[in-house]
Amino acid sequence: MKLNLRVWRQRNSGAEGAMATYEVDGISPDMSFLEMLDTLNEELILRGEDPVAFDHDCREGICGACSLVINGDAHGPERTTTCQLHMRSFRDGDTVDVEPWRASAFPVVKDLVVDRTAFDRIIQAGGYVTAPTGAAPEAHATPVPKAAADSAFEHAECIGCGACVAACPNGSAMLFTSAKVNHLNVLPQGAPERETRVLDMVAQMDAEGFGGCTLTGECATACPKGIPLPSIAAMNKEWLRARRKVK
Amino acid sequence: MALAPSKDTATAKGSASTRDASPARPPSRTPSRGFWSSTIGKKTVMAVSGLIMLAYLVAHVAGNLKVFFGPEEFNGYAHWLRVMGAPVLHHEWGLWIARIALLAAVGAHAVSAYQLSRRDIRARPTRYARKRKGSSYATRTMRWGGIILGLFIVWHILDLTTGTVHPGGFEEGKPYQNVIDTFSTWYGNTIYIVAMLAVGLHVRHGFWSAAQTLGVGNARRERVLRLLANGLALVLTAGFIAVPVGVMTGVVN
Repeated sequence: MKLNLRVWRQRNSGAEGAMATYEVDGISPDMSFLEMLDTLNEELILRGEDPVAFDHDCREGICGACSLVINGDAHGPERTTTCQLHMRSFRDGDTVDVEPWRASAFPVVKDLVVDRTAFDRIIQAGGYVTAPTGAAPEAHATPVPKAAADSAFEHAECIGCGACVAACPNGSAMLFTSAKVNHLNVLPQGAPERETRVLDMVAQMDAEGFGGCTLTGECATACPKGIPLPSIAAMNKEWLRARRKVK
Repeated sequence: MALAPSKDTATAKGSASTRDASPARPPSRTPSRGFWSSTIGKKTVMAVSGLIMLAYLVAHVAGNLKVFFGPEEFNGYAHWLRVMGAPVLHHEWGLWIARIALLAAVGAHAVSAYQLSRRDIRARPTRYARKRKGSSYATRTMRWGGIILGLFIVWHILDLTTGTVHPGGFEEGKPYQNVIDTFSTWYGNTIYIVAMLAVGLHVRHGFWSAAQTLGVGNARRERVLRLLANGLALVLTAGFIAVPVGVMTGVVN
């Protein structure tokens, strides 16, 4: 396969960026999107040019490091992470646009790499339980209703990649924050901080400069882990409840 | 010093040095738990004020449809609005209470919409090279639709409440004739019908969104809420548009 790549190149956070066009040949349909970029980079290095910087780590869809907007879609046309997107999803001769996550809370560091520490600070604001847990306790020590366990697990699937923010026309982090809030708030282990967690995480989310939610649903469509849109309503409910309880 | 990085390791970092050059960016403002400073708080204000206006619209469309029962019933209804709540309330007090509540709702809705929109636009300053349209038309037109509706309300009051821009002789207490005057002009019909389509679109996304913001929405209620939103939008738009169509076809004369 041969592709026309248009890639965002930006020297550093302060520099102006632009789309650069590259022709990449010899792509196998079995390659992942990142392997295709590796192919491009090998060529760029041989030519003595600066390789394209992009984030990646596990390359098996569980770490949340990879982060590309491909043809306007966060993580590309399939509902998965960029590392698990394969070149068979494209056709020979396609022109493919590759851009970084776009949000003022996620400034570009270089090329396709953005700074997602805003997410870390949202987690620091309340995405934890204060009880010392030590080693894994006996499974039945704290009974958890099945429905709560399922809901917690569904939200715990969030890998914090930021595709929700990238896809949102308002650069809102509501889906991410709601996944983290709901994950702990439905469990008995998270109950002691139930109110402060949602208030502090939402306050931090707003302070980071993310936009507000207009319920376009783009986030849930882009989410590689299928965090559902009603999670946002569930967090709103938690927030309004906490506002009533905490003075 | 053992901990200080040697010059060699600093250069060996190569391309990674650009990342080191931009340290963790501090948040743009201090976190606040306040209601109004929160995006969710502002959205709650939007949801509640929107629902107040929606309730008013339902009453408004029901009143409008009385136009099909002739001038006596329609003008009589308009008169009743002025003596509503009597004898507890003085003449027109009920009407003025409703007007003040609506004005407050419109104001709260507009201010929160303006502040949230400014914030949203700042949060996403760069567009993607290739734009995708993932959300519905109603969702994408909320802001412009809201502005159109705001302008429409100004015209609508100047036309049929104060009579300032009314075509023909405006007569207070004769709303039946006033309505016919307005809908006998091409621009009156055009402005009104466009605005009523905008109302439908705005309510379609707005009602459902309000339910999500107030935490009423969940996966189980999704179908019911969508149906309610679409049903309300359809009833309001069709009900309101029925009046100019009635005048144009001569059913109301």
